[in-house]
Order: sequence, then structure tokens, then C-alpha cells
Amino acid sequence: MTCDEAHQLLHAYIDDELDIATALQIEAHLPGCPKCRKELEAARAAGRAVAQSAVYYPASSDLRDRLKRAIRSEIRETETPPHAGFLTAWWKRPMAFSGLAAAMLLIVCSTMLLLPAHASRGQIDELVGSHVRSLEEDHLMDVASTDQHTVKPWFAGKLEFSPPVIDLSAEGFPLIGGRLDYLDQKKVAALIYRRNKHLINLFIWPGDTTPEVDTKQGFNLIRFECKGMTCWAVSDVNAGELQQFADLFKAQKAASTRS
Amino acid sequence: MSLHAAASKFESAVMEHLDAAHNLARWLMRNDQDAQDVVQESCMNALRAFDSFRGADFRAWFLTIVRNTSFTWLRRRKNLSGPASEQSLEAGAEIAADGEVYDPQAIAIRAADAELVRRAIAALPDTLRETLVLREMEGLSYKEIGKIAGVPIGTVMSRLARGRMQLQALLVEMDQPNVGKAVQEGAR
Repeated sequence: MTCDEAHQLLHAYIDDELDIATALQIEAHLPGCPKCRKELEAARAAGRAVAQSAVYYPASSDLRDRLKRAIRSEIRETETPPHAGFLTAWWKRPMAFSGLAAAMLLIVCSTMLLLPAHASRGQIDELVGSHVRSLEEDHLMDVASTDQHTVKPWFAGKLEFSPPVIDLSAEGFPLIGGRLDYLDQKKVAALIYRRNKHLINLFIWPGDTTPEVDTKQGFNLIRFECKGMTCWAVSDVNAGELQQFADLFKAQKAASTRS
Repeated sequence: MSLHAAASKFESAVMEHLDAAHNLARWLMRNDQDAQDVVQESCMNALRAFDSFRGADFRAWFLTIVRNTSFTWLRRRKNLSGPASEQSLEAGAEIAADGEVYDPQAIAIRAADAELVRRAIAALPDTLRETLVLREMEGLSYKEIGKIAGVPIGTVMSRLARGRMQLQALLVEMDQPNVGKAVQEGAR
């Protein structure tokens, strides 16, 4: 075996990826070739530097716990889909609808009523996660259209409510499409707007709410109410511009309903 | 298999390979927060796709998802921060491309400095760093690495060769205070 050939195969030799015959040829070459021996030792030393546990990043116990919780809640969600399903199951068996179940229902309802007042970290996480996922290729839109009269009817039949859809191109926030999304186990409408090269996701579902702003992972979030719907705008545009977007959306919707 | 059995099987498989997943994501993303977010997103994507997982090798399947999610995030990060950072993603440490062989003794001494080793690995181009992490830290075969990174075995071999060579150069060059700083900043 020539030095050049040995040189080509040296790393496969280190990693034990050669067949036995070739490996033996390398071993026959090495004793007479200081250059290849040095290269072999240097490559092995570099490999060992990477392999040491001091530079390994194991998952923290925090992350482990968080993922276990996330996996379990995701699985529960698929087992008992929406709240409605849970309720009908009980109504179908009136005998089982005991005082205990009624008490549980009361707790569930009161929690649901309390939730909108203050967004939980979980909801913020979900909103940002959904926004980030939507930025992946082929994930952004179910219906691509700049026409609000195409986007709005598209939601009909897919949702139990009709989200407000407004085009704000004249104001520098063109509508580019819509998407069906899931938040907190509910189907919600997501409208996608563009601001220069940035994207804004506007999540909409029924229910009153109070204004709120938040940031996470460099994304800005703004909650506002529009015609009895809870709206969350999520984007990497700066907070000022996002607020401008939210104000415009509300104002235009109010104007379009009056006219 | 019942849904419940499948779910607990998924959870224990993920937990078994979570260190490998996190380590790979951490080395690709090069910061803690992004690594955790990438692992969480990968985990949820894997759960949704678990029905379609038929193979025997959960680790390779899961690491492929982590790897692809990481690169999606890296591409997006690159797009968001504009062309300035593009260099760091592609060029990396080409200072070491001349193929100089360093003294094995000198490499071994520098390997004892974990902080230096970390900086040197972080300065490698993404694809070389990925290959080295999978080979040296996880002990995967060329075939497994090729499957995860979506490249032929020959490419895995040449990436490992280049990765180890560049790492030697980085370890030695970065150890000299002035050069080290310059290389590190160039790699950011």
C-alpha cells in the first residue's frame, strides 16, 4: 500500500470501518512511515478531545421533566379530544353525572373562566411555538390569498365561529393567507400578515379578553379583543409596530361593521 | 398496541436518548435556549409521527428529526439576521484547510483544557461539527451517521477527516491568545 492510499483510508481505519484485509495493509504500512503514524496519532488525539465527557451536554433534569409533561398532555389531548366530547360522554350516561362530576365540572368551568384574565406561561409558549412552526416551509398557510373575501369564507365549516378578516395592505400590513391551528386543545383561526420581510401570525378564537403584551424568545405578543373575539398577534416585528398593527386591525374592523 | 402502551413506549424511548438528542442540538445551535427549544419541538414532531415509525432503530430516527429541526432553525436564524452571519454557517474554520499535521503530543495537552476544546469544536463548520459529534460523542457508525445527515458513507468519511484536521489546527491556533480571539470572533 502506498502512503497516499494509506492516507486516504486513515480515518476509516481509526473508526474501525475497514474490512480486515485493508486494515491489515494499513497496519503493515504504518511501522515504516513516520508521516502516516504522526497523522494517525494527531487524528486520534483530536478525536479523544471531542469524546471526553467534559464537553458533552446531557439534557438537564428540568428539560426531562418538561418533556415528560409535554408528552403526557399531548397524549391526553388525543385521547379525549375537545371539552365538548368530554361533556357529551357524561350527558349520555345521566346516572353517572353525580354530584362529584358536577363539582368537577364546576371547577373546570371556573378555571376556564379565569384563564382569559391573565395569559399563562403555557399559553404564551404555545403561541410562540405555533408561530415558529408556522415559519417552517410548507407550514405557514392552508389558504394563500391576499383577498379577505377568499380567506374569510375558507374558514366556514372548519370552525364554529367566523373570525374577522381584514386586509391592511394600504397600511403596510398586507394579508397573505390563513391557516387552521390548534391552541390549548381548541381549533383557532390564524391569519398571516406581512410587515416588510417579517411575518405576523394573528390567532383568533371566540371570547372576551383584556389587552396584554408579552415577549418570549425575541418575539412580541399582543392580546386584544375584537368583536367578542380574543386576538393574539405574534411576530418578530418590534413592539411598537405590532401595537400599530393591533390598533389598525381593531379600528378597521369597527369601521367596516359600521359601513 | 393500545394507545396507552404506545405512549409509554414513546416516552421511555425519548428519555433513553434525550442526552444524545440534547447534546446534538446543543452543539448545532451553540446556545442553551435554542437547543432546548429544538429538542422540545423535535420531541413533539416525533410523537406526532410515531405512528409511522416502523424501524428498529429509534435513536437514529429521533436524532434525524433533531438534526433536521436544528438545521431548519439555523437556516431561519441565518435568514433573519441577514447575510453577515452566513459566513459563520458555511465557512467556519477554513484556516485549517492546508492539511498541516500537528504534533500529537501538543494536541493531547490542549485536549485537557475543556474550555479550549469547546471553543474549537464550536468554531468548526456545522456539517463537520455534526459529523464529529455523532462519531466521537455518540460512537455511531458511518452508516448510521450517513442516514441521519442524509449523505453517502464516503461523505461521512471525508467530513470526519476534515473535521479532525481542522480541529487540530483550531486547538493549536486558538491556544495562542491573539489568534484564538480572532478565530473565535470570525466564527461567530
